[in-house]
Amino acid sequence: MPNGPLVYRQRLMTRITHWVWAISLFVLMLTGLQIFNAFPSLHIGRESGFDYDNAILKIGAVEVGGEVRGVTRILGATFDTTGILGLSNGEARAFPAALTIPSKTSLATGRIIHFFFAWLLVITLTAWLFASALNGHLRQLLPTYADFKALPRDIADHARLRFHHRADYSVLQKLAYAGVLFVALPLMILTGLSMSPGFNTAAPWLLDLFGGRQTARTIHFLTMLALIGFFLVHMAMILLAGPLNEMRSILTGWYRTDGDDHA
Amino acid sequence: MLDRRKLLLGSAALALSGCKVFDSATDRSSRLSALFASHEGLTRSAQRALIGDALAPEFTEADIRQGMRPNGSVDPVGTAYRRMAADGFRDYRLTVTGLVTTPLSLSLAEITRLPSRTQITRHDCVEGWSCIAKWQGVPLGTVLNLAQPKLGTRYAVFHSFDAIERSLSGEVFYYESIDLVDAFHPQTILAYAMNGAPLPVANGAPLRLRVERQLGYKMAKYVHTIELVDSLAGLGFGRGSYWADRGYEWYAGI
Repeated sequence: MPNGPLVYRQRLMTRITHWVWAISLFVLMLTGLQIFNAFPSLHIGRESGFDYDNAILKIGAVEVGGEVRGVTRILGATFDTTGILGLSNGEARAFPAALTIPSKTSLATGRIIHFFFAWLLVITLTAWLFASALNGHLRQLLPTYADFKALPRDIADHARLRFHHRADYSVLQKLAYAGVLFVALPLMILTGLSMSPGFNTAAPWLLDLFGGRQTARTIHFLTMLALIGFFLVHMAMILLAGPLNEMRSILTGWYRTDGDDHA
Repeated sequence: MLDRRKLLLGSAALALSGCKVFDSATDRSSRLSALFASHEGLTRSAQRALIGDALAPEFTEADIRQGMRPNGSVDPVGTAYRRMAADGFRDYRLTVTGLVTTPLSLSLAEITRLPSRTQITRHDCVEGWSCIAKWQGVPLGTVLNLAQPKLGTRYAVFHSFDAIERSLSGEVFYYESIDLVDAFHPQTILAYAMNGAPLPVANGAPLRLRVERQLGYKMAKYVHTIELVDSLAGLGFGRGSYWADRGYEWYAGI
């Protein structure tokens, strides 16, 4: 347990935006699965192949010997996913009710909630970016040359579950946070906009960048999975590094650092 | 460690049951639903400012790799429509009415004699799929100019032959509307041909709307009447389209 002095680590702006984003991404994920359920397959290219096959993922329900089964096909390999994907609680739907907002099937409701929180995310992310560039928070997130030199050491420490409690973020922390804020979330927003026929008209180059509307939709989905991966690691790190201290710092800003006896 | 796990599972269960909070948003008269739907105004203003007069992306013949997937109504059952379809739509008339100086009643032959526009575009369904096809038709603006819209006109409303729903109060025929920004856009056409052949019944014969900068449900099929109005209040439940009255956005640019 760290026993050094308390330091003020997270500004109010950082704490507020953190929680706005956490809630927004949670709702965006579950409304996104609701929207996905309306057409439960992912394709590569400009259009969705109906007369030809350009799907990399397909979720559906099929009848096998008088019994309905949930079936998921990924890159040509077919899996029986009854109970979770394709068929759950006796209902044919790609993702189950527990993983969609709203829980029952309603594309219209899923869409308005999705776009509401998408706007919330875009507005707060933009505000945060400007504020962070001005108040120096951005520098705390971007790895320095010295950070990269310390990378092997930081990886070794994390692998041994030895966590240092310092006022600054470690290089792996910086890479993870910067990866989410400057790569994953912009990618999410841009691939999302690439699915909009209105936005396609304003910025057709985005379609060329991502390789067509349906590929953009696929990247949107895959980036969502990457964000879930980040979330799981993020939770594991909080539990391993001392959940009370970590939660205090993201709620109040104050973080207990290591004392002099920490090696 | 066990307590932590319990805490985590507990909060996960709480978070999941918390999702049910959003279920009340499926009630379109709820305040929550109105709050979320407020994104539409922001989305429309932002997109209109960014788009300006730009044209939606167009594609080449090589990009047409499959037939056009039909959706919604694919075979209207009304006897008047069936009789007309059996006769190659010889008796078809497009009526242009409402706030116009010169009401019109055009036959298909008259419509196809007007200057046409051909475009290969991507059709995006609200469900998530896309399909590329070639459309030929008369620009809606050309037809509206013939009818001479009156001052104060704000929307073009499209009335269709297809009964999309049979409710206790009778049949509900498909209706849709766009504002004049989209109505006079060069790619907004009344299409009578698709992929080089007369428009098939499944895709909206004899005449369907194409609004290339919005989603598929805006593009009414089986259109028989265009009505120019200054308000959408009297149409359906007042939100301007069959699907908007059922919770979808009236502005479908996203």
